[in-house]
Amino acid sequence: MNWINAIVQGILLGGLYALFACGLSLLFGVVRVVNLAHGDFAVLAAYLALVVITTTHVPALLTFVIVAPLFALFGYGAQRLIIQKSLDVSPLTTLLVTFGLSVVIQNLLLVVASADSHSFDLGSLISASLRVTPELSIGYVPLMIFVTAIVVLSGLQLFLSRTAMGRAIRASADDQEAASIAGVNTRHVFGIAAAIAFATVALAGLALGSSSSFDPSAGPARLVFAFEAVIIGGVGSLWGTLVGGIILGVAQAVGAQIDPSGGVLAGHLVFLAVLALRPQGLIRARLAI
Amino acid sequence: MLEVRKLSVRHGYLQALTDVSLTVAPGETLAIIGANGAGKSTLLRSIIGLHQPSAGSIRFDGRVITALPPHARVHAGIVLVPEGRRLFPSLSVEENLLVGRSSRRPGSWSLRAVYDLFDWMGDRRQEPTVHLSGGEQQAVAIGRALMANPQVLLLDELSLGLAPTMVRRIYGVLPELVQKGMAVLLVEQDVAQALRIADRFQCLLEGSTTLEGRPADATTATIEAAYFGLAGRTGPGSAA
Repeated sequence: MNWINAIVQGILLGGLYALFACGLSLLFGVVRVVNLAHGDFAVLAAYLALVVITTTHVPALLTFVIVAPLFALFGYGAQRLIIQKSLDVSPLTTLLVTFGLSVVIQNLLLVVASADSHSFDLGSLISASLRVTPELSIGYVPLMIFVTAIVVLSGLQLFLSRTAMGRAIRASADDQEAASIAGVNTRHVFGIAAAIAFATVALAGLALGSSSSFDPSAGPARLVFAFEAVIIGGVGSLWGTLVGGIILGVAQAVGAQIDPSGGVLAGHLVFLAVLALRPQGLIRARLAI
Repeated sequence: MLEVRKLSVRHGYLQALTDVSLTVAPGETLAIIGANGAGKSTLLRSIIGLHQPSAGSIRFDGRVITALPPHARVHAGIVLVPEGRRLFPSLSVEENLLVGRSSRRPGSWSLRAVYDLFDWMGDRRQEPTVHLSGGEQQAVAIGRALMANPQVLLLDELSLGLAPTMVRRIYGVLPELVQKGMAVLLVEQDVAQALRIADRFQCLLEGSTTLEGRPADATTATIEAAYFGLAGRTGPGSAA
Protein backbone atom coordinates (compact mmCIF):
# COMPACT_ATOMS: atom_id res chain seq x y z
CA MET A 1 0.00 0.00 0.00
CA ASN A 2 2.95 2.28 0.73
CA TRP A 3 3.86 2.04 -2.93
CA ILE A 4 0.47 3.26 -4.04
CA ASN A 5 0.79 6.09 -1.57
CA ALA A 6 4.22 6.98 -2.94
CA ILE A 7 2.93 6.99 -6.50
CA VAL A 8 -0.10 9.14 -5.66
CA GLN A 9 2.03 11.65 -3.75
CA GLY A 10 4.49 11.62 -6.65
CA ILE A 11 1.74 12.42 -9.13
CA LEU A 12 0.60 15.34 -6.98
CA LEU A 13 4.20 16.56 -6.68
CA GLY A 14 4.37 16.36 -10.48
CA GLY A 15 1.67 19.04 -10.63
CA LEU A 16 4.00 21.43 -8.79
CA TYR A 17 6.85 20.59 -11.15
CA ALA A 18 4.62 21.09 -14.19
CA LEU A 19 3.55 24.47 -12.84
CA PHE A 20 7.23 25.39 -12.52
CA ALA A 21 8.07 24.03 -15.94
CA CYS A 22 5.33 25.51 -18.13
CA GLY A 23 6.67 29.07 -17.92
CA LEU A 24 10.16 27.84 -18.73
CA SER A 25 8.80 25.84 -21.67
CA LEU A 26 6.75 28.77 -22.98
CA LEU A 27 9.62 31.25 -22.84
CA PHE A 28 11.97 28.79 -24.49
CA GLY A 29 9.45 27.65 -27.09
CA VAL A 30 8.35 31.14 -28.15
CA VAL A 31 11.12 33.62 -27.38
CA ARG A 32 13.96 31.04 -27.59
CA VAL A 33 15.32 32.15 -24.25
CA VAL A 34 16.46 29.76 -21.56
CA ASN A 35 15.58 31.69 -18.42
CA LEU A 36 18.22 30.66 -15.88
CA ALA A 37 16.56 32.94 -13.31
CA HIS A 38 13.26 31.03 -13.58
CA GLY A 39 13.51 29.39 -10.16
CA ASP A 40 14.66 32.63 -8.55
CA PHE A 41 11.70 34.51 -9.96
CA ALA A 42 9.45 31.90 -8.35
CA VAL A 43 11.18 32.44 -5.00
CA LEU A 44 10.89 36.20 -5.51
CA ALA A 45 7.14 35.75 -6.05
CA ALA A 46 6.91 33.77 -2.81
CA TYR A 47 8.64 36.60 -0.91
CA LEU A 48 6.39 39.14 -2.58
CA ALA A 49 3.41 37.08 -1.37
CA LEU A 50 4.84 37.19 2.16
CA VAL A 51 4.93 40.98 1.95
CA VAL A 52 1.34 41.04 0.66
CA ILE A 53 0.21 38.71 3.47
CA THR A 54 1.84 40.75 6.24
CA THR A 55 0.74 44.14 4.93
CA THR A 56 -2.80 43.42 3.75
CA HIS A 57 -3.67 40.29 5.78
CA VAL A 58 -4.99 38.63 2.66
CA PRO A 59 -5.15 34.84 3.13
CA ALA A 60 -2.03 33.21 1.68
CA LEU A 61 -3.96 31.28 -0.97
CA LEU A 62 -5.55 34.46 -2.34
CA THR A 63 -2.29 36.36 -2.82
CA PHE A 64 -2.16 35.10 -6.40
CA VAL A 65 -4.81 37.71 -7.25
CA ILE A 66 -2.19 40.38 -6.60
CA VAL A 67 1.11 38.59 -7.23
CA ALA A 68 0.32 36.94 -10.59
CA PRO A 69 -0.82 40.15 -12.38
CA LEU A 70 2.14 42.05 -10.91
CA PHE A 71 4.47 39.38 -12.21
CA ALA A 72 2.78 39.45 -15.62
CA LEU A 73 3.48 43.20 -15.85
CA PHE A 74 6.99 42.61 -14.59
CA GLY A 75 7.49 39.87 -17.19
CA TYR A 76 6.33 42.13 -20.04
CA GLY A 77 8.68 44.87 -18.90
CA ALA A 78 11.60 42.48 -18.37
CA GLN A 79 11.09 41.04 -21.87
CA ARG A 80 10.84 44.38 -23.66
CA LEU A 81 13.60 46.15 -21.71
CA ILE A 82 16.15 43.46 -20.81
CA ILE A 83 15.64 40.09 -22.50
CA GLN A 84 14.83 41.46 -25.98
CA LYS A 85 17.87 43.74 -25.85
CA SER A 86 20.14 40.80 -25.06
CA LEU A 87 18.37 38.64 -27.65
CA ASP A 88 19.15 41.30 -30.29
CA VAL A 89 22.84 40.92 -29.44
CA SER A 90 22.99 37.11 -29.51
CA PRO A 91 21.18 34.09 -28.02
CA LEU A 92 24.20 33.42 -25.79
CA THR A 93 23.88 36.86 -24.26
CA THR A 94 20.44 35.92 -22.92
CA LEU A 95 22.06 33.09 -20.95
CA LEU A 96 24.51 35.53 -19.37
CA VAL A 97 21.78 38.06 -18.65
CA THR A 98 19.36 35.59 -17.06
CA PHE A 99 22.21 34.02 -15.09
CA GLY A 100 23.10 37.52 -13.88
CA LEU A 101 19.48 38.14 -12.92
CA SER A 102 19.52 34.89 -10.95
CA VAL A 103 22.56 36.00 -8.93
CA VAL A 104 21.15 39.48 -8.40
CA ILE A 105 17.76 38.20 -7.19
CA GLN A 106 19.32 35.71 -4.77
CA ASN A 107 21.63 38.28 -3.23
CA LEU A 108 18.99 40.98 -3.14
CA LEU A 109 16.69 38.63 -1.22
CA LEU A 110 19.56 37.69 1.07
CA VAL A 111 20.17 41.36 1.92
CA VAL A 112 16.52 42.34 2.26
CA ALA A 113 15.03 39.20 3.81
CA SER A 114 18.04 37.41 5.38
CA ALA A 115 18.92 33.75 4.87
CA ASP A 116 16.11 32.53 7.15
CA SER A 117 13.70 30.15 5.55
CA HIS A 118 10.00 30.97 5.39
CA SER A 119 6.75 29.32 4.49
CA PHE A 120 3.18 30.53 4.24
CA ASP A 121 1.00 30.18 7.32
CA LEU A 122 -1.92 28.20 6.00
CA GLY A 123 -3.38 27.41 9.41
CA SER A 124 -5.02 24.03 9.75
CA LEU A 125 -5.18 23.58 5.97
CA ILE A 126 -1.53 22.55 5.79
CA SER A 127 -2.21 19.22 7.52
CA ALA A 128 -5.78 18.68 6.32
CA SER A 129 -6.22 15.75 4.01
CA LEU A 130 -8.71 13.62 2.18
CA ARG A 131 -8.69 10.09 3.58
CA VAL A 132 -9.15 7.73 0.65
CA THR A 133 -8.27 4.44 2.39
CA PRO A 134 -6.70 3.85 5.83
CA GLU A 135 -3.23 3.89 4.23
CA LEU A 136 -3.79 6.53 1.58
CA SER A 137 -4.67 10.12 2.26
CA ILE A 138 -4.34 13.05 -0.08
CA GLY A 139 -3.33 16.42 1.33
CA TYR A 140 -5.55 19.34 0.36
CA VAL A 141 -2.60 21.61 -0.45
CA PRO A 142 -0.85 19.21 -2.89
CA LEU A 143 -4.25 18.47 -4.43
CA MET A 144 -4.97 22.16 -4.89
CA ILE A 145 -1.56 22.68 -6.49
CA PHE A 146 -2.16 19.76 -8.84
CA VAL A 147 -5.57 21.11 -9.84
CA THR A 148 -4.05 24.57 -10.35
CA ALA A 149 -1.44 23.06 -12.67
CA ILE A 150 -4.14 21.31 -14.72
CA VAL A 151 -6.22 24.50 -14.92
CA VAL A 152 -3.21 26.61 -15.92
CA LEU A 153 -2.06 24.15 -18.59
CA SER A 154 -5.57 23.72 -20.03
CA GLY A 155 -6.13 27.47 -20.01
CA LEU A 156 -2.81 28.07 -21.73
CA GLN A 157 -3.56 25.39 -24.31
CA LEU A 158 -6.97 26.92 -25.06
CA PHE A 159 -5.49 30.42 -25.20
CA LEU A 160 -2.79 29.36 -27.66
CA SER A 161 -5.08 27.37 -29.93
CA ARG A 162 -8.23 29.52 -29.90
CA THR A 163 -7.34 33.21 -29.64
CA ALA A 164 -5.81 35.63 -32.13
CA MET A 165 -2.99 36.42 -29.69
CA GLY A 166 -2.36 32.70 -29.19
CA ARG A 167 -2.14 32.30 -32.96
CA ALA A 168 0.27 35.23 -33.19
CA ILE A 169 2.39 33.65 -30.44
CA ARG A 170 2.55 30.31 -32.29
CA ALA A 171 3.28 32.03 -35.61
CA SER A 172 6.08 34.10 -34.04
CA ALA A 173 7.51 30.96 -32.43
CA ASP A 174 7.51 29.25 -35.85
CA ASP A 175 9.12 32.05 -37.82
CA GLN A 176 9.60 35.46 -36.27
CA GLU A 177 10.52 37.21 -39.51
CA ALA A 178 7.57 35.75 -41.43
CA ALA A 179 5.25 36.80 -38.59
CA SER A 180 6.56 40.36 -38.71
CA ILE A 181 5.92 40.69 -42.45
CA ALA A 182 2.43 39.25 -41.93
CA GLY A 183 1.80 42.29 -39.74
CA VAL A 184 2.49 40.82 -36.29
CA ASN A 185 4.30 43.07 -33.82
CA THR A 186 6.58 40.26 -32.68
CA ARG A 187 8.21 42.25 -29.87
CA HIS A 188 4.83 42.89 -28.31
CA VAL A 189 3.90 39.23 -28.83
CA PHE A 190 7.11 38.12 -27.10
CA GLY A 191 6.28 40.52 -24.28
CA ILE A 192 2.86 38.89 -23.88
CA ALA A 193 4.42 35.41 -23.92
CA ALA A 194 6.86 36.54 -21.20
CA ALA A 195 3.99 38.06 -19.21
CA ILE A 196 2.15 34.72 -19.27
CA ALA A 197 5.33 32.83 -18.40
CA PHE A 198 5.99 35.15 -15.45
CA ALA A 199 2.40 34.86 -14.21
CA THR A 200 2.81 31.06 -14.14
CA VAL A 201 6.17 31.48 -12.37
CA ALA A 202 4.37 33.54 -9.73
CA LEU A 203 1.79 30.76 -9.27
CA ALA A 204 4.62 28.23 -9.01
CA GLY A 205 6.29 30.40 -6.36
CA LEU A 206 3.06 30.57 -4.36
CA ALA A 207 2.68 26.81 -4.67
CA LEU A 208 6.24 26.45 -3.43
CA GLY A 209 5.57 28.65 -0.41
CA SER A 210 2.36 26.77 0.36
CA SER A 211 3.85 23.29 0.18
CA SER A 212 7.33 23.74 1.63
CA SER A 213 9.71 26.28 3.10
CA PHE A 214 11.85 28.53 0.93
CA ASP A 215 14.89 30.75 1.35
CA PRO A 216 16.76 33.10 -1.02
CA SER A 217 18.85 30.28 -2.48
CA ALA A 218 15.95 27.90 -3.19
CA GLY A 219 15.61 28.94 -6.85
CA PRO A 220 18.30 27.00 -8.72
CA ALA A 221 17.15 23.61 -7.38
CA ARG A 222 13.64 24.44 -8.64
CA LEU A 223 15.09 25.40 -12.01
CA VAL A 224 16.73 21.97 -12.30
CA PHE A 225 13.43 20.16 -11.61
CA ALA A 226 11.63 22.39 -14.10
CA PHE A 227 14.28 21.68 -16.74
CA GLU A 228 13.98 17.96 -16.11
CA ALA A 229 10.19 18.07 -16.40
CA VAL A 230 10.42 19.97 -19.70
CA ILE A 231 13.00 17.60 -21.17
CA ILE A 232 11.32 14.39 -20.00
CA GLY A 233 8.00 15.56 -21.43
CA GLY A 234 9.40 17.00 -24.65
CA VAL A 235 10.27 20.62 -25.39
CA GLY A 236 7.37 22.54 -26.86
CA SER A 237 4.54 20.36 -25.61
CA LEU A 238 2.41 21.71 -22.75
CA TRP A 239 0.85 18.36 -21.88
CA GLY A 240 4.29 16.81 -22.23
CA THR A 241 5.37 19.19 -19.48
CA LEU A 242 2.66 17.78 -17.21
CA VAL A 243 3.65 14.22 -18.07
CA GLY A 244 7.31 15.10 -17.48
CA GLY A 245 6.48 16.69 -14.12
CA ILE A 246 4.46 13.68 -13.02
CA ILE A 247 7.15 11.19 -14.08
CA LEU A 248 9.75 13.22 -12.20
CA GLY A 249 7.50 13.48 -9.13
CA VAL A 250 6.69 9.76 -9.12
CA ALA A 251 10.37 8.85 -9.61
CA GLN A 252 11.33 11.02 -6.65
CA ALA A 253 8.54 9.70 -4.41
CA VAL A 254 9.21 6.06 -5.31
CA GLY A 255 12.97 6.64 -4.93
CA ALA A 256 12.41 8.10 -1.49
CA GLN A 257 10.29 5.08 -0.63
CA ILE A 258 13.22 2.79 -1.45
CA ASP A 259 15.78 4.92 0.34
CA PRO A 260 14.69 8.04 2.25
CA SER A 261 17.63 10.04 0.87
CA GLY A 262 17.41 8.68 -2.66
CA GLY A 263 14.40 10.59 -3.96
CA VAL A 264 16.13 13.41 -5.81
CA LEU A 265 18.74 11.01 -7.18
CA ALA A 266 16.04 8.71 -8.56
CA GLY A 267 14.49 11.71 -10.33
CA HIS A 268 17.82 12.62 -11.92
CA LEU A 269 18.39 9.01 -13.03
CA VAL A 270 15.00 8.85 -14.76
CA PHE A 271 15.78 12.19 -16.41
CA LEU A 272 19.15 10.88 -17.64
CA ALA A 273 17.52 7.68 -18.92
CA VAL A 274 14.99 9.70 -20.95
CA LEU A 275 17.72 12.02 -22.23
CA ALA A 276 19.79 9.01 -23.36
CA LEU A 277 17.00 6.90 -24.85
CA ARG A 278 14.54 9.50 -26.13
CA PRO A 279 16.21 12.92 -26.25
CA GLN A 280 13.23 14.51 -28.02
CA GLY A 281 11.09 13.78 -24.94
CA LEU A 282 8.17 11.44 -24.43
CA ILE A 283 5.45 13.54 -26.03
CA ARG A 284 5.84 14.91 -29.54
CA ALA A 285 5.09 18.61 -29.72
CA ARG A 286 1.79 19.14 -31.46
CA LEU A 287 1.69 22.87 -31.00
CA ALA A 288 5.08 24.41 -31.57
CA ILE A 289 5.04 26.59 -28.52
CA MET B 1 2.20 55.73 -54.29
CA LEU B 2 5.32 53.74 -53.36
CA GLU B 3 8.50 55.65 -54.05
CA VAL B 4 12.03 54.40 -53.41
CA ARG B 5 14.71 57.09 -53.72
CA LYS B 6 18.41 56.34 -54.18
CA LEU B 7 18.33 53.36 -51.86
CA SER B 8 21.65 51.80 -50.84
CA VAL B 9 21.88 48.69 -48.70
CA ARG B 10 24.97 46.98 -47.36
CA HIS B 11 25.33 43.43 -46.07
CA GLY B 12 28.49 43.80 -44.04
CA TYR B 13 31.22 44.60 -46.55
CA LEU B 14 29.03 43.76 -49.52
CA GLN B 15 27.22 46.60 -51.25
CA ALA B 16 23.95 44.88 -52.14
CA LEU B 17 22.13 47.90 -53.60
CA THR B 18 23.49 51.20 -54.88
CA ASP B 19 21.24 54.22 -55.48
CA VAL B 20 18.22 52.24 -56.65
CA SER B 21 15.12 54.33 -57.31
CA LEU B 22 11.66 53.21 -58.35
CA THR B 23 8.00 54.16 -58.17
CA VAL B 24 4.87 52.06 -58.41
CA ALA B 25 1.41 53.56 -58.89
CA PRO B 26 -1.99 52.04 -57.99
CA GLY B 27 -3.12 49.46 -60.53
CA GLU B 28 0.37 49.14 -61.95
CA THR B 29 2.67 46.11 -62.08
CA LEU B 30 6.41 46.70 -61.95
CA ALA B 31 8.74 43.75 -62.47
CA ILE B 32 12.29 43.72 -61.14
CA ILE B 33 14.44 41.35 -63.18
CA GLY B 34 18.07 40.46 -62.84
CA ALA B 35 20.48 37.60 -62.30
CA ASN B 36 21.18 35.81 -59.04
CA GLY B 37 22.71 38.19 -56.54
CA ALA B 38 21.64 41.31 -58.44
CA GLY B 39 19.92 42.61 -55.31
CA LYS B 40 16.28 41.92 -56.24
CA SER B 41 15.29 40.21 -53.02
CA THR B 42 17.29 42.70 -50.96
CA LEU B 43 15.29 45.47 -52.59
CA LEU B 44 11.94 43.91 -51.63
CA ARG B 45 13.14 43.03 -48.13
CA SER B 46 14.31 46.61 -47.66
CA ILE B 47 10.94 47.97 -48.76
CA ILE B 48 9.14 45.84 -46.15
CA GLY B 49 11.71 46.74 -43.49
CA LEU B 50 13.76 43.57 -43.05
CA HIS B 51 16.94 45.41 -44.07
CA GLN B 52 17.88 48.91 -42.99
CA PRO B 53 19.32 50.97 -45.86
CA SER B 54 22.63 52.79 -45.44
CA ALA B 55 21.32 55.64 -47.58
CA GLY B 56 18.18 56.70 -49.41
CA SER B 57 14.53 56.78 -48.45
CA ILE B 58 11.28 54.89 -48.94
CA ARG B 59 8.05 56.87 -49.17
CA PHE B 60 4.56 55.53 -49.16
CA ASP B 61 1.54 57.77 -49.71
CA GLY B 62 3.78 60.79 -49.20
CA ARG B 63 5.03 59.54 -45.83
CA VAL B 64 8.64 58.53 -45.19
CA ILE B 65 8.57 54.96 -43.86
CA THR B 66 12.29 54.21 -43.97
CA ALA B 67 12.56 53.82 -40.19
CA LEU B 68 9.33 51.86 -39.56
CA PRO B 69 9.50 48.21 -38.42
CA PRO B 70 7.98 45.61 -40.80
CA HIS B 71 4.65 45.20 -38.97
CA ALA B 72 4.07 48.97 -39.11
CA ARG B 73 4.65 48.95 -42.88
CA VAL B 74 2.08 46.17 -43.22
CA HIS B 75 -0.25 48.34 -41.18
CA ALA B 76 0.45 51.21 -43.61
CA GLY B 77 -0.56 48.99 -46.55
CA ILE B 78 2.55 47.28 -47.92
CA VAL B 79 2.83 43.51 -47.72
CA LEU B 80 5.43 41.01 -48.91
CA VAL B 81 4.93 37.46 -50.15
CA PRO B 82 8.41 36.24 -49.23
CA GLU B 83 10.72 34.00 -51.20
CA GLY B 84 10.24 30.40 -50.09
CA ARG B 85 6.66 31.19 -48.94
CA ARG B 86 7.54 31.11 -45.23
CA LEU B 87 4.23 29.65 -44.02
CA PHE B 88 3.85 28.77 -40.34
CA PRO B 89 4.26 24.97 -40.19
CA SER B 90 2.45 24.47 -36.89
CA LEU B 91 -0.61 26.42 -38.04
CA SER B 92 -3.41 25.22 -40.30
CA VAL B 93 -4.16 26.80 -43.68
CA GLU B 94 -6.90 28.94 -42.16
CA GLU B 95 -4.76 29.98 -39.19
CA ASN B 96 -1.99 31.02 -41.59
CA LEU B 97 -4.49 33.23 -43.40
CA LEU B 98 -5.80 34.68 -40.12
CA VAL B 99 -2.29 35.67 -39.01
CA GLY B 100 -2.24 37.80 -42.17
CA ARG B 101 -5.10 39.81 -40.68
CA SER B 102 -2.96 40.90 -37.69
CA SER B 103 -2.69 44.48 -38.94
CA ARG B 104 -6.53 44.76 -38.98
CA ARG B 105 -6.51 46.98 -42.03
CA PRO B 106 -10.04 47.52 -43.31
CA GLY B 107 -10.86 46.26 -46.78
CA SER B 108 -12.69 43.71 -48.86
CA TRP B 109 -10.36 40.75 -48.27
CA SER B 110 -11.62 38.07 -45.92
CA LEU B 111 -11.34 34.30 -45.52
CA ARG B 112 -14.32 34.00 -47.85
CA ALA B 113 -12.75 36.20 -50.52
CA VAL B 114 -9.49 34.22 -50.42
CA TYR B 115 -11.41 30.92 -50.63
CA ASP B 116 -13.27 32.34 -53.66
CA LEU B 117 -9.98 33.30 -55.31
CA PHE B 118 -8.45 29.84 -54.74
CA ASP B 119 -11.43 27.51 -54.93
CA TRP B 120 -9.70 24.40 -53.47
CA MET B 121 -8.53 26.17 -50.33
CA GLY B 122 -11.77 26.28 -48.36
CA ASP B 123 -12.10 22.51 -48.36
CA ARG B 124 -8.59 22.11 -46.99
CA ARG B 125 -8.58 24.99 -44.50
CA GLN B 126 -8.07 22.73 -41.46
CA GLU B 127 -5.01 20.98 -42.88
CA PRO B 128 -1.47 21.80 -41.80
CA THR B 129 0.33 23.61 -44.60
CA VAL B 130 3.04 20.92 -44.80
CA HIS B 131 0.43 18.67 -46.45
CA LEU B 132 0.12 21.07 -49.38
CA SER B 133 2.07 21.03 -52.65
CA GLY B 134 4.51 23.84 -53.41
CA GLY B 135 2.00 25.65 -55.61
CA GLU B 136 -0.74 25.33 -53.03
CA GLN B 137 1.59 26.68 -50.35
CA GLN B 138 2.38 29.62 -52.62
CA ALA B 139 -1.35 30.28 -52.95
CA VAL B 140 -1.72 30.27 -49.14
CA ALA B 141 1.21 32.70 -48.88
CA ILE B 142 -0.53 35.02 -51.35
CA GLY B 143 -3.81 34.62 -49.48
CA ARG B 144 -2.09 35.46 -46.19
CA ALA B 145 -0.70 38.64 -47.77
CA LEU B 146 -4.09 39.61 -49.22
CA MET B 147 -5.73 39.25 -45.78
CA ALA B 148 -3.85 42.43 -44.82
CA ASN B 149 -5.80 44.34 -47.52
CA PRO B 150 -2.61 45.74 -49.02
CA GLN B 151 -2.32 48.70 -51.37
CA VAL B 152 1.10 47.49 -52.49
CA LEU B 153 1.82 43.81 -52.96
CA LEU B 154 5.48 42.76 -53.06
CA LEU B 155 6.03 39.34 -54.64
CA ASP B 156 9.41 37.64 -54.26
CA GLU B 157 10.15 34.80 -56.71
CA LEU B 158 6.66 33.33 -56.93
CA SER B 159 7.72 30.78 -59.55
CA LEU B 160 10.66 29.35 -57.60
CA GLY B 161 10.41 25.56 -57.42
CA LEU B 162 7.00 25.38 -59.08
CA ALA B 163 5.93 23.48 -62.20
CA PRO B 164 5.26 25.74 -65.23
CA THR B 165 1.49 25.08 -65.19
CA MET B 166 1.37 26.00 -61.52
CA VAL B 167 3.32 29.20 -62.22
CA ARG B 168 0.76 30.20 -64.85
CA ARG B 169 -2.11 29.51 -62.44
CA ILE B 170 -0.48 31.52 -59.64
CA TYR B 171 0.25 34.46 -61.93
CA GLY B 172 -3.26 34.11 -63.35
CA VAL B 173 -4.75 35.72 -60.23
CA LEU B 174 -2.65 38.90 -60.52
CA PRO B 175 -4.72 40.78 -63.16
CA GLU B 176 -7.77 40.54 -60.91
CA LEU B 177 -5.83 42.12 -58.02
CA VAL B 178 -4.35 44.88 -60.18
CA GLN B 179 -7.79 45.68 -61.55
CA LYS B 180 -8.91 46.47 -58.02
CA GLY B 181 -6.22 49.16 -57.84
CA MET B 182 -3.51 47.24 -56.07
CA ALA B 183 0.05 48.10 -57.00
CA VAL B 184 2.25 45.05 -57.60
CA LEU B 185 6.02 45.01 -57.36
CA LEU B 186 7.40 41.64 -58.31
CA VAL B 187 10.81 40.09 -58.43
CA GLU B 188 11.20 37.19 -60.82
CA GLN B 189 14.04 35.14 -62.20
CA ASP B 190 11.84 33.88 -65.02
CA VAL B 191 12.27 36.97 -67.21
CA ALA B 192 9.75 35.91 -69.86
CA GLN B 193 7.09 35.38 -67.17
CA ALA B 194 7.88 38.73 -65.56
CA LEU B 195 7.69 40.65 -68.84
CA ARG B 196 4.41 38.95 -69.80
CA ILE B 197 2.66 40.25 -66.70
CA ALA B 198 4.35 43.61 -66.04
CA ASP B 199 3.41 47.11 -67.23
CA ARG B 200 6.96 48.25 -66.65
CA PHE B 201 10.20 46.51 -65.77
CA GLN B 202 13.47 47.45 -64.22
CA CYS B 203 16.64 45.38 -64.60
CA LEU B 204 19.16 45.18 -61.76
CA LEU B 205 22.80 44.27 -62.14
CA GLU B 206 25.11 44.10 -59.14
CA GLY B 207 22.81 46.31 -57.12
CA SER B 208 22.19 49.07 -59.69
CA THR B 209 19.50 49.68 -62.26
CA THR B 210 20.84 49.02 -65.77
CA LEU B 211 17.64 49.24 -67.79
CA GLU B 212 14.03 50.29 -67.26
CA GLY B 213 11.03 50.69 -69.48
CA ARG B 214 8.01 48.95 -70.92
CA PRO B 215 8.29 45.32 -72.02
CA ALA B 216 7.00 46.24 -75.49
CA ASP B 217 9.74 48.83 -76.00
CA ALA B 218 12.63 46.55 -75.05
CA THR B 219 14.24 44.06 -77.38
CA THR B 220 15.68 40.75 -76.27
CA ALA B 221 19.14 42.08 -77.05
CA THR B 222 18.88 45.20 -74.89
CA ILE B 223 17.43 43.17 -72.00
CA GLU B 224 20.18 40.58 -72.32
CA ALA B 225 22.80 43.31 -72.34
CA ALA B 226 21.35 44.91 -69.21
CA TYR B 227 20.83 41.53 -67.51
CA PHE B 228 24.38 40.26 -68.04
CA GLY B 229 26.14 43.64 -68.03
CA LEU B 230 27.20 43.32 -71.67
CA ALA B 231 26.54 46.99 -72.42
CA GLY B 232 29.84 48.05 -70.86
CA ARG B 233 31.78 45.53 -72.93
CA THR B 234 30.87 47.07 -76.25
CA GLY B 235 33.37 49.87 -75.60
CA PRO B 236 36.83 49.70 -77.15
CA GLY B 237 38.56 48.82 -73.88
CA SER B 238 36.78 45.52 -73.48
CA ALA B 239 36.28 44.56 -77.08
CA ALA B 240 38.98 41.95 -76.91
